[in-house]
Amino acid sequence: MSTSKNNTSKQLLWIAMAGIFMFFAGLTSAVIVRSAEHGWDSIDMPIWFWYSTAAIILSSLLLIIAKWQVKKGNSPSIYVLGALALGLFFGYCQVKGWDQLTAMGMYFVGEGSNPSSSFLYVITFAHLVHVIGGLVALIITSVKSLQSKYTKDNYLGIELVSIYWHFLDVLWVYLFVFLLYSVK
Amino acid sequence: MSDHHKETFISKYVFSLDHKMIAKQFLITGMFMGIIGMLMSIMFRLQLSNPGESFAVLEWFLGSKWAPGGILDPNMYLSLVTMHGTILVFWVLTAGLTGTFANFLIPLQIGARDMASGFMNMLSYWFFFAATIILLCSLFVETGPASAGWTIYPPLSALPQAIPGSGLGQDLWLVSIALFIVSSLLGGLNYIVTILNLRTKGMSMSRLPLTMWAILITAILGVLSFPVLLAAALLLIFDRSFGTSFYLSDIIIGGEALHHTGGSPVLFEHLFWFLGHPEVYIILLPSLGIVSEVMSVNTRKPIFGYKAMVGAMLAIAFLSFIVWGHHMFITGMDPFLGSVFTFTTLLIAIPSAVKVFNYLATLWKGSIRFTPAMLFTIGFVSTFITGGLTGLILGDSALDINVHDTYFVVGHFHIVMGLSAIYGMFSGVYHWFPKMYGRMMNKKLGYLHFWVTFIAAYGVFFPMHFLGLAGLPRRYYTNSAFPMFDNLTDINSIITFFAIVGGLVQLVFVFNFFYSIFKGTKASENPWESNTLEWTTPVERIHGNWPGEIPTVHRWPYDYSKPGADKDFVMQTEPLKEGKTEH
Repeated sequence: MSTSKNNTSKQLLWIAMAGIFMFFAGLTSAVIVRSAEHGWDSIDMPIWFWYSTAAIILSSLLLIIAKWQVKKGNSPSIYVLGALALGLFFGYCQVKGWDQLTAMGMYFVGEGSNPSSSFLYVITFAHLVHVIGGLVALIITSVKSLQSKYTKDNYLGIELVSIYWHFLDVLWVYLFVFLLYSVK
Repeated sequence: MSDHHKETFISKYVFSLDHKMIAKQFLITGMFMGIIGMLMSIMFRLQLSNPGESFAVLEWFLGSKWAPGGILDPNMYLSLVTMHGTILVFWVLTAGLTGTFANFLIPLQIGARDMASGFMNMLSYWFFFAATIILLCSLFVETGPASAGWTIYPPLSALPQAIPGSGLGQDLWLVSIALFIVSSLLGGLNYIVTILNLRTKGMSMSRLPLTMWAILITAILGVLSFPVLLAAALLLIFDRSFGTSFYLSDIIIGGEALHHTGGSPVLFEHLFWFLGHPEVYIILLPSLGIVSEVMSVNTRKPIFGYKAMVGAMLAIAFLSFIVWGHHMFITGMDPFLGSVFTFTTLLIAIPSAVKVFNYLATLWKGSIRFTPAMLFTIGFVSTFITGGLTGLILGDSALDINVHDTYFVVGHFHIVMGLSAIYGMFSGVYHWFPKMYGRMMNKKLGYLHFWVTFIAAYGVFFPMHFLGLAGLPRRYYTNSAFPMFDNLTDINSIITFFAIVGGLVQLVFVFNFFYSIFKGTKASENPWESNTLEWTTPVERIHGNWPGEIPTVHRWPYDYSKPGADKDFVMQTEPLKEGKTEH
């Protein structure tokens, strides 16, 4: 694997992440502008979103270990698979979180909705769409890892998926803390 | 990347991975859309100069539904204005301009075989193509194309039942623009990583031609601002199709109150203009780069203030993110916030003035070769100054309030952004045509094209300032309903006359372009005696650009009329003489 290709792929990913960040910056600034006006209901953050936060942070940690292992020449499979499982659990928690919101009478649209609840759904949904992209990448990385395609000299795939997944992790933590305070 | 591999018709002309072919695809699609956008403007200009009069040509183009008896329907008028803006801003001056010159010039000027990802590059074009088809389809839906303006402000864009153009036409507009954004992002990512990673040996950042700097900065702006438009469009789609209330509140249609509560249309404006203002520079910056290059070549002088030019572009790019509020001075904005936006907006005058000064200093005492490309470059400097000066008025909240949403604004942005960018694009086409097609464009037709375009364009947009100062609002179907504007009819007629003349002369360009592809005089490898790397490639197109090794770069690109040199240009590939230092 040439250094140039490594650099190019990583740069592509970093720039794409900058774009994704701007997308969420747009949405969260919209929340700031809108929440300053009248008719902004407060919402208690569903407990499932706390679980999902824990899940995505843990999965990120597993990917850090996976990278350490592959650099030492060990198989990273178990850690990548662990991260994938936690990623799937993250998705499950988000869906359960929405369930909990509807049980509390906070809907996306219609009579029971409010701009604050609509924003909560849109932002968490948009994040989950990006997570699904990450999960696809994690599945591919898991398969390749099980096929022992990664060595200590060639682990670009794990590096790329880790960078993106850490980004999704940090992004979620930002969104979660932001929403925790702005929809209160 | 192989130097040159066997190509089929499909892989060479359709799903090509070659950056040069993709550039041509962008250019020709952009030209096609440009003709459509221009035709639309002539159609609504006919209505503005002759309100309520019948023109058979309108019925011929639009059919009896939208121009019954040759009289333009008011809803179609709004659609034409909307589609004209959309096509010119996004299709011609964003994708047509950047897509063409970024794709064509990046690998050639930095010394690379192709873009970092040829596949992503191809996808970028085909997403653009799909967006184009969908936008064109929207012209033929029963309720007409989108008509809420290119800025698609809610509630017109958010309520399908608001006006005919708010229906399916607006849906298709949104789908089309979403695909356009994907295309733009794929292209932008590729441009950035290619310029940063694939430069040939010796091509340091300080030896990059200014076209490359301009395209790099444009791509960064695009990657950072288009996603915000996507966020705005996403919320709009939810409001339109799912019944949320992000932008809507307390609306009554036909006596019936809608369920939307708590939304704010001003929120959309914030999000839209956060993209919208950088978009102005996404349009302008590539032209700033092109004219720098063309000017240096044709004055036979180094560009004046290379580092200042790069610094000015970086400053303009940075400032473009913190000025969006100047589009919203009359939205009830806090006057203090308005003064902050006035301050940041007026700051843009500084880097812009640096650029103008440097252009004039480059022209000063140059051995100017008045090629058609050079004339359009000088035309660019002219419109950049005249359009920029009225920007000072619109950037100041106290003055802007008086002319907001009038023809003064239309005149301003068409000159500073529309004309400047299109002059840059024409300049680039005339200049790099020999490298694109191996033939020269006809010079005499080029001169005719420039002079008539230059005069007609000022004839269209200069009088608009007076219409605006007289209070004439933009986007109105007819001005005849207001007696205070009766005395402005003659000005409107003059504008329409020049619009038609300006439109017709573009056919000369189109003819010259296609005729020259097949019948133009054969070009030599370096017909303009230019220094940059693209002029070291063979006339015959090959995928991989250079038949052998990629040349090494030894100097900056602007060694023109260098004292002690044998010729008045020294190519970047020529090593420095012993004991000599760079410029």
